[in-house]
Order: sequence, then C-alpha cells, then structure tokens
Amino acid sequence: MNRTFALTIAAAILYLIANSVPMLALTVVGREASTTVLGGVQQLWVDGQEVVAALVLFTAVIAPALQIGFMLAVTFGAHQERPRKWMGKLLRYYGASRTWSMIEVMMLGVLVALIKIADYATVIPGLALFLFGALVFLLPAIQVSFDAREVWDRIEWVRGGMSPDPGDVLGLKKG
Amino acid sequence: MSTPPLTAMQLGLHGCGVCGLVSRPAPGRDEGRCPRCDERLVFRKPASLERTWAYLIAAAICYVPANLLPVLTTSTVAGASSDTILQGVVLLWSPTGWPLSLIVLVASIMIPSAKILAVAYLLIKVQRGSVKNNEQCLRLYKTVEFIGRWSMVDVFVDTFTAALVQLQPLMSVEPAPGLFFFAAVVVLTMLAVESFDPRLIWDASNPSEVRHG
Repeated sequence: MNRTFALTIAAAILYLIANSVPMLALTVVGREASTTVLGGVQQLWVDGQEVVAALVLFTAVIAPALQIGFMLAVTFGAHQERPRKWMGKLLRYYGASRTWSMIEVMMLGVLVALIKIADYATVIPGLALFLFGALVFLLPAIQVSFDAREVWDRIEWVRGGMSPDPGDVLGLKKG
Repeated sequence: MSTPPLTAMQLGLHGCGVCGLVSRPAPGRDEGRCPRCDERLVFRKPASLERTWAYLIAAAICYVPANLLPVLTTSTVAGASSDTILQGVVLLWSPTGWPLSLIVLVASIMIPSAKILAVAYLLIKVQRGSVKNNEQCLRLYKTVEFIGRWSMVDVFVDTFTAALVQLQPLMSVEPAPGLFFFAAVVVLTMLAVESFDPRLIWDASNPSEVRHG
C-alpha cells in the first residue's frame, strides 16, 4: 500500500507538470508553433468540433486526473485499520475512471502526429512528451501494485458495520 | 457428457460487480444491494441485449460517414485538400513510415469494424442460445473490451496535427466533419461492450430453469 501511495504521488506530480508545459513544437521557415494537450482541445473547439474537443478533454485530461485523484484518496484512507464506508465509493469511481483514461492511447497518437508532421516541418518534442511517456508506465505500475481486495477485506460494511461470518452472507447457515 | 456446472444465479447468489462479494439477496429493504459496498445487485444487467444492440446499431450507422467523410482539411497557398481516414493511411505509407501507417490502419479501420462484428456475433449467439464454447466467447468479449480504446488513436493524431499546424497563410490543418462520426463510433462501441453482460454467455449455453432462494 505504501508503494502504491508513493507511485501515485509521483504520477500526480508528473501529471501536473505534463499538462502545463509544451508537448510538441514545430519550426518551419523561421516560424514557430507549440502546443499542450489543452491547446489541442482548444484548437478543436475553435475549429467547430466541440463534441470531439470535449471527448479529448475527458479522456486525456479529466479521466486521468480523476484516476490519480481517486487513487490518492484510496491509498490515503486505506492507512486506517478499518477503512470507512465511503472508501467503497472511491474504489468504484476509480474503476470507472480507468476505463476512460487514455494516456497511453494519446501518446501513440502524438507519436504518429509527430512523424506525420516531420515530413514538412521540424518537430521538436517537448518536455511534456517525456513526462507523459513516464506516466504511460506509472499508471499501470500503480494498477499492478494496488490490490483492491486488501482494502475490501478490511473495509467497514455498509450493512451491519462489521463484516459478518461469510456463511451468513451466503445464507448457508440457518438459525 | 457430464452435466453442465451450475451458475451462481441458479443457486440464488449475487456476485457484486464492484467489490466482488458473493451474497444471497437479503430480504426486505436491503434487497438488491451489496451488503459490503452498497452497489445495486442484479443477476443480469437489465435489458442488456437490447441496450447493446442499440449502441451497436448506432455505431454501425456512424461507421459509414466516419469512413466516407474527410477527417482533416489541409490548406496551403496552393489550395485545400481533405483526407479521409483511409487516405491518411495511404499518405503515411512510405519506405520508412509504413509501421506507423500499419498502426493507424489497424487501430482506425480494422479494430472498429472487427469490434462491431464481434459484438454482433456474441449478441446473436446469446440470443439464439447456441453458445458452444463458453471460454472462447468470454475470451472474445475480453479481447474486444481490451483493444477497444486503441481506436481513439486517430482522434488524438488529428487533434495534435490540427493544433500544431497553424501557420496561416502558409499552411494550416483543420478537423473535418468525419472526425465527429469517427469519435462517435469509438465511444458507441465502447458503450456497447460495457452494456453487454458476459454472464449471459453462460445462460445461453445452460438454458435450465432459474432456481431462487
């Protein structure tokens, strides 16, 4: 659990920096342009593709932030001997945010775009590209080191407060 | 042949999709709620087949304009040209660039169509109750669930190309209407996969009566 906590803190820091520095820059005949993930979303919005802009914002910015945020809260709360009921909700939301968090897919997309543009302009990879590259490995590392069952085994139950005998839950014991 | 194994539903047991706890439905007020995490418990997702069909048909409809309409418009001093996804693949194809071209081909054209076909196959199999091999069907479902997100690659490629190449009047790239339909196909197929209840596979291969309590 401590390792998961450490990895999540690292991911949170990388995520914050990665979203504030340029991802790609380009120079062609003396002109320069650079973009961040949010810059890409903004450009789509300006060009009249609001729905796609919202989708990119959600899968590349919001869902990863939620994923890291929920995991921080879960690892924080799991330090208690008997995690509170609301931890269950956080664990559920964590699972849902993971489905829509697509950092690794975005990275592949950025690399393809980079090589595509490299044909007619000089493309300079930005710091954010490397930070997102690190996140591609950090997020699955969190997933591997985190064992949800460890939390579920200790968590306070919504019904009854204490975990009853497994036989009671299954209704195998009568009377 | 040996008798088919019992399913949890036939034993009257609920599995919780969130915390994994297996429980017998409690009588009264708490019925249908997981005693540990309060998740709604159902033996099978309600109207799973209908909802999956709805998402899938919507995805299949969007698939046509997604492939026929251009996704990017490139404007240069010489004029403007529009590319569809398939044209983008062809443009990327070069002695050095072919691996990338292949990635886009697989992610943008093969995965979405394979996904639509695979989910339709599962739905038809389950509806006709003609599942022969449970494990194979489940593996197909898990594979579709796992690879589905990778179709988003092309949306990100187009986003960053359009964001970066803004050198008016020299050259600029803008997203075109096809991108919306393509993104819709990706999202709708993901929703279709999510609304399909893989436990139905077992019902289709084991059509005996449900025993409650």
